[in-house]
Amino acid sequence: MSTKREISIWFFIGISLVVNGALVLGAGIYEYFNPPANPVVLFRLHAGIWWGAILFIIGLIYTVKFAPGGGASSAHKDAADEREVYAK
Amino acid sequence: MSFAVLAFDSSRLVHLSIVDMVVIVFYFLLVLAIGAYLKNRANTSEDFFLAGREMTAWIAGLAFLSANLGSLELMGWAGAAYQYGILATHWYWIGAIPAMLFLGLVMMPFYYISKTHSVPGYLKLRFGESSRALSSVSFAFMTVLMSGINMYSMALVMKVVLGWNIHTSIWLSSVTVAVYVALGGLRSAIFNEVLQFILIWAGALLIPVLGLIEAGGWSNLQVQIAHNASVEYTHLWSTLGSFNSNPMGIHWTGIVIGLACIISFGYWTTDFLVVQRVLAAKDLRSAQLAPIIGSAFKMFVPFIVILPGLLGLAVLPMKLVPENVAVATGGHSYNEVLPLMLARYCGPGLLGLGITALIAGFMSGMAGNVTAFSTVWTYDIYAALIHKKATDQQKVTMGRWCTILGVLISIGTAYLVMRFGSIMDYVQALFSFFIAPLLGTVLLGMLWKRTTSAGGFWGLLAGTLSSVGMWAWVKIDPRALSYVALSRNAKDMAENMYRALWSWLVCVIVTVIISYLTKPKPESELVGLVYGYTDIPSEGAVPLYQRPVFWAVVVSAVFLALNIYFW
Repeated sequence: MSTKREISIWFFIGISLVVNGALVLGAGIYEYFNPPANPVVLFRLHAGIWWGAILFIIGLIYTVKFAPGGGASSAHKDAADEREVYAK
Repeated sequence: MSFAVLAFDSSRLVHLSIVDMVVIVFYFLLVLAIGAYLKNRANTSEDFFLAGREMTAWIAGLAFLSANLGSLELMGWAGAAYQYGILATHWYWIGAIPAMLFLGLVMMPFYYISKTHSVPGYLKLRFGESSRALSSVSFAFMTVLMSGINMYSMALVMKVVLGWNIHTSIWLSSVTVAVYVALGGLRSAIFNEVLQFILIWAGALLIPVLGLIEAGGWSNLQVQIAHNASVEYTHLWSTLGSFNSNPMGIHWTGIVIGLACIISFGYWTTDFLVVQRVLAAKDLRSAQLAPIIGSAFKMFVPFIVILPGLLGLAVLPMKLVPENVAVATGGHSYNEVLPLMLARYCGPGLLGLGITALIAGFMSGMAGNVTAFSTVWTYDIYAALIHKKATDQQKVTMGRWCTILGVLISIGTAYLVMRFGSIMDYVQALFSFFIAPLLGTVLLGMLWKRTTSAGGFWGLLAGTLSSVGMWAWVKIDPRALSYVALSRNAKDMAENMYRALWSWLVCVIVTVIISYLTKPKPESELVGLVYGYTDIPSEGAVPLYQRPVFWAVVVSAVFLALNIYFW
């Protein structure tokens, strides 16, 4: 069994949400100022802007919280640190 | 850069912008990066095949669910909701939740305490080598064949939806899966499955939200569906009194007994594709909590799968048709409802995220198949039958090669299906033959100490053969449907439910009879494997909210409330 501490999966998820959120948000802002000729249904709600912002913020929180070397735990650290209260 | 790219034409459903392509490319790079990063953490067989048994309940639980959430699951059931209405939800609620809770509370302790590496491995411990050989060989090959069928179907969808070349779709997605699983083993598959689970929700959640806004809420949606289709499409139970009063042509006994009690329990508690994720949990409490966490999320999957199908009935301007009619007329099939809804509401970026969700679904399902195949092959076929003295390192090497081999067999199957389409029906039927009898064998093995090795083996074989026999009987003589499914009006799904029920009964009856005729195992050999001879470790002084049974009760309460609300 490996013993080296690993980067948390939640960090990778945070990165993914930050990048995707930024791309969706950016595209949404662009479309806000340059409306397309054939807009999608409910274009007036500008879903790309608020959904992209939500993904970006959640992603940022996870990226910072689970950054390598940060305080939060990884799956492996959880397993190593939490001594089994419930014996195998 | 132009974002005015969302349009329909006759050859494809949607057009992707540069932003959409960047989202998709980034996804592929990230999953490969995770695989490369985890390469050095898969050096022992325990690491490679069981992720070191270090996963927390949350990670194991989300991977457990994600491995089941293939793209065909997403698109197929959205299409089924368009075709059959809210009845499709039964496959997510009563057809999943009770079985997942049962796995967590009742069966997981036996799987976990026995330290088995696989479900066939448990059969070896309980019934001996013959039962393991039967189940492992059938499971291993059916798994990769199913994976190939899913791969072909996914590539076909990508061709229809995006206009992508079918060969590019097959090779790009499957080679990516092969690389990250071969590098990091189950740990890499699980990490990526959790990522894929989040992306599926991030990409698909907007459809029901915006759809409900457009439809004017659930009440208005019901009115529109009643106008466009029928009022029966929005009732979960009240139309199941007879075969003719609902769009699926099924009776409530088929749903409750066939689906909920047999097929669902068979799949969620014995299919190693999903059980493997839970075996990777770091301790027994996490292993018990993982399926319960999975069940809580499973309960809300209809929001992103079934609801878009129902919304399609209400808001789409065109009428969707069966696949064969769509091919003949150039129309849109039921299975295209999810991409159609995606294209309806999602602009640049969001569309890429939605397509990424579909690709992620496919890859998580395929990784599930491939990891389960390589584990069962390595432990239950290679190390058990071919090279009994295999070292730990040889098992890891075999696991890596099996991953690549599994993907290649899947690709071969995909091309075979491309050439001979009818193979798909046969392989899907073949896979279903094993699930129900296996449930009977595992349940009796865990809960009835009198079950003998001979009883377990012959029961499993008889149940499987009876299932094959009933399927062939209906194929040869369609009138047999009125005996197998109790009605000539029964549709394919109803036939599957009843065939599962009868084959399970045959398995149980044969197992019981032969067990009474043969000599039982000594009690000392049943320790850790059978109820009554297994000491379940005490949970100790953990707070109520950390106990699996507490969360199982919470999930059950929500499950009941949802069924009553949508009755």
